[in-house]
Amino acid sequence: MKAHLSRRYLFSASHRLHSEAMSPQENQATYGKCNNPYGHGHNYVVELTVSGQVDEKTGMVCNLADLDSLIEREVLARFDHKNLNTLQEFAREVPTTENLCIQIYEIVHRSFPHAHLERVRLEETMMNSFEYAG
Amino acid sequence: MVYLTRKAEFSASHYYHNPEFTPEQNLSVFGKCNNPNGHGHNYTLEVTVKGEVDPRSGFVVDLKQLKEVMHREVLEAMDHRFLNKEVPEFIHCIPTTENIAIAIWQRLVSKLETAKLHRIRVYETPDLFVDFYGEP
Repeated sequence: MKAHLSRRYLFSASHRLHSEAMSPQENQATYGKCNNPYGHGHNYVVELTVSGQVDEKTGMVCNLADLDSLIEREVLARFDHKNLNTLQEFAREVPTTENLCIQIYEIVHRSFPHAHLERVRLEETMMNSFEYAG
Repeated sequence: MVYLTRKAEFSASHYYHNPEFTPEQNLSVFGKCNNPNGHGHNYTLEVTVKGEVDPRSGFVVDLKQLKEVMHREVLEAMDHRFLNKEVPEFIHCIPTTENIAIAIWQRLVSKLETAKLHRIRVYETPDLFVDFYGEP
């Protein structure tokens, strides 16, 4: 039997939305308050959904401890309590939640072999969320 | 086609153990969940059904009937129970969230009168949930 398992993780980070390809006026017009040069922060919630056959021996799609340790090491350690603009990952792209969502998808997709990654859903606030499924 | 979702809550205890594993394997695979005395959760169940809207009633499904079936088939069996010892499906099958979702699907799928069962979602905690769509 195939089941989908979803797990939610919380992290906090700051960012500033600013594109080098735009003039100061264009940046301001495009990003508004998010263009504040000092940055601002969010409590992000990342919701990962993986799928696979339920293992008859364990009753599980994958061992949650494996998923938790991967996310702790590869996602939370990388992004939690960081200024996203200062990270290597965002040296060449604007740290919008769209781009952050795609980066988290790519990280999990290449480093979690135990189940199929269905999608990443990233909540920037309770009002805004983004999904990427590859 | 319209989808309708009905929620319910139940509280139950369980533990994870495979008698084919050694005690060391059980502890290594299941960790804290292997405690034979069990531990509990407040589960939230979401049952999603789908169907065409009946032109006379405006309903996809009679919610009263859906609520009664969920109560009879799921809550009476699982609410305030030790799943491993009191629910027949879990005497020989580990009551993981995955298997609970599958068991609830199997309990409900033939009992719905009008709409078709689309999805069972079981939250073990607000941060962990399983979806089952009846896929083999």
